[in-house]
Amino acid sequence: MEPITALTSSCVVLPAENVDTDQIIPARFLKTIERRGLGAHLFADWRVDAHGQPRPEFPLNSPDARDASILVAGHNFGCGSSREHAPWALLDFGFRVVISTGFADIFRNNALKTGLLPVALSTPAHSMLLEQLAESPRAQVTIDLQTQTATLPDGTAHAFVVDPFARHCLLNGVDELGFLLEQDAAIAAYESTHTSRVCTS
Amino acid sequence: MTSPRTLFEKIWADHLVRPETEGTPAVLYADLHLVHEVTSPQAFAELRRRGAPVRRPDLTLATMDHSTPTTPRSAGRLHVLDAQASAQLEQLEINCEEFGIRLFGLDDSRQGIVHVIGPEQGLTQPGMTIVCGDSHTSTHGAFGALAFGIGTSEVGYVLATQTLLQRQPRNMEVRIDGVLPRGVTAKDIILAIIAKVGIGGATGHVLEYTGSAIRSLGMEERMTICNMSIEAGARAGLVAPDDTTFEYIAGRPFAPAGADWDAAVVRWRGLSPDETASYDRSVQLDAASLAPMITFGTNPSMAIPIDGRVPDPSDAESRAERADLDKALRYMALEPGQSLLGRAVDVVFVGSCTNSRISDLRQAAAVMRGRHVAAGVRMLVVPGSQNVKREAEAEGLDRVFLEAGAEWREAGCSMCIAMNGDQLEPGQSAVSTSNRNFEGRQGKGGRTFLASPLTAAATAVSGAIADVRSLS
Repeated sequence: MEPITALTSSCVVLPAENVDTDQIIPARFLKTIERRGLGAHLFADWRVDAHGQPRPEFPLNSPDARDASILVAGHNFGCGSSREHAPWALLDFGFRVVISTGFADIFRNNALKTGLLPVALSTPAHSMLLEQLAESPRAQVTIDLQTQTATLPDGTAHAFVVDPFARHCLLNGVDELGFLLEQDAAIAAYESTHTSRVCTS
Repeated sequence: MTSPRTLFEKIWADHLVRPETEGTPAVLYADLHLVHEVTSPQAFAELRRRGAPVRRPDLTLATMDHSTPTTPRSAGRLHVLDAQASAQLEQLEINCEEFGIRLFGLDDSRQGIVHVIGPEQGLTQPGMTIVCGDSHTSTHGAFGALAFGIGTSEVGYVLATQTLLQRQPRNMEVRIDGVLPRGVTAKDIILAIIAKVGIGGATGHVLEYTGSAIRSLGMEERMTICNMSIEAGARAGLVAPDDTTFEYIAGRPFAPAGADWDAAVVRWRGLSPDETASYDRSVQLDAASLAPMITFGTNPSMAIPIDGRVPDPSDAESRAERADLDKALRYMALEPGQSLLGRAVDVVFVGSCTNSRISDLRQAAAVMRGRHVAAGVRMLVVPGSQNVKREAEAEGLDRVFLEAGAEWREAGCSMCIAMNGDQLEPGQSAVSTSNRNFEGRQGKGGRTFLASPLTAAATAVSGAIADVRSLS
């Protein structure tokens, strides 16, 4: 996992609420056994029309989108399916941060584990950001995970919270598996006092 | 003395390898890990990269369901959609072989949708923690098991350590009392709950379904309700186990037997919320006031009674909600204030982990018997497992569906996920017993109306969305 400490970038704005993971990456692209390559299909059905042509009005098709590392989305982003292909596709496209006012639980967990930072801003701060980006679409936003602050184009700083453990993993570019593997003795102790409920083998 | 606890709190406490601290989430033990072909290959690849074995293959079971074809087997062979789907199915075989995991593959008589076969095999038992790389893992909560969906990274963590890092979710009671009117089913209850709570309304919560209406439901109906807990944003849904639960489990292949069974039932009887336990939130629903429900929009919370009217976006409480509704009605080609009754459909789908069990098929068949699928409508009936299929055939349900002009398929996720060959064409409309009506969920450009098996069958024979209560 690529560590993430702070980044300053322009944004792509997709303000719809309740964007589900079927939109982020439609199921027909889940037949892959790889993590990479999904960026080409990110938001496939919104990006491309029935004839396979890019819809010019869709924000991700703007030439400016290619160098943006921040996606600004609406409330409850990532609801629905547990597919980790959703954060993989966002990362593969080039995003490192998604800003919203709230995320679906499984999406947030998956994002944090793959190096995509979900930033939940307060509703007023999120509205301010949308207004400022409507005025200056190329304006830059700074996300600092160390201090857990988002600095908007107008220079105002707004706090966000990331689980301390997930934050540690993201800052250092380590995943949780290393920590869990170190719990071997505690896991073995648990297993010695708790009989298995079933046996599948 | 411990303070009064909810069912969720009891199961949570019983699975803590390490309690959570401010800096570290809890280390939670998983009693059962279910694996399928779509969300596991990258997890096995990670294990291989690290040289890590699967810690407890004896607590792990794999099956094939998502990219699995459901077309009738000709000469015993299944026709997989394409090379990529074949490679994915083959990869699961390779992974299970290499890591020593039991696989109910396509040629196994126990194969089926992962959330159908767990309960069917007696693997799903009260008080357990169950995880799977699939959001509808919440289904297993019907047995009083804490069951939730995880991503592929977490699939890898559980394979390697049998544990997960988790912050304790909050707890919401959903109480449903009263007697269900005729024509109203478990599917209608859960669609009404999601409409009330909202698409993200239960985010961060585990739901506990209580009340007399829940107690009177059979296990398959409870599974339908718990299955869709995720559609309100909840991690999991739970029903406290009772005699209905124990009767369902008794005698199943992986259920305890003999003295172990007696001991298990004693343990399971302790799994109900303490009388004075309190919840972070509570919602209530009166079963007697419910009608058959159907969705009109592009997420499962956009649902109305079948004889109701499509809401007007201009009545929405916020600008965002109005935009959401506007977009949904445009996609679904609906007008505000319109009735859905009589709206023509192209396809009817009975199946998925929500409604593909024997009781669902019996309900649909009861409507279909002596009737015919309307001209121009395609109806697919897809049993949730090979066991369900055999049971249905032994009862003659396959004949009912085939004689009515419906297709009778092999077990799998089918048209719920549209990655296996079963799907809508752009612009087509379907009444579907599955769980998601997101844009394109059943095929790019397809329009989905979620409803119960009764409503689906009534629609199939009518050729348009129909109220099963007014079918003569």
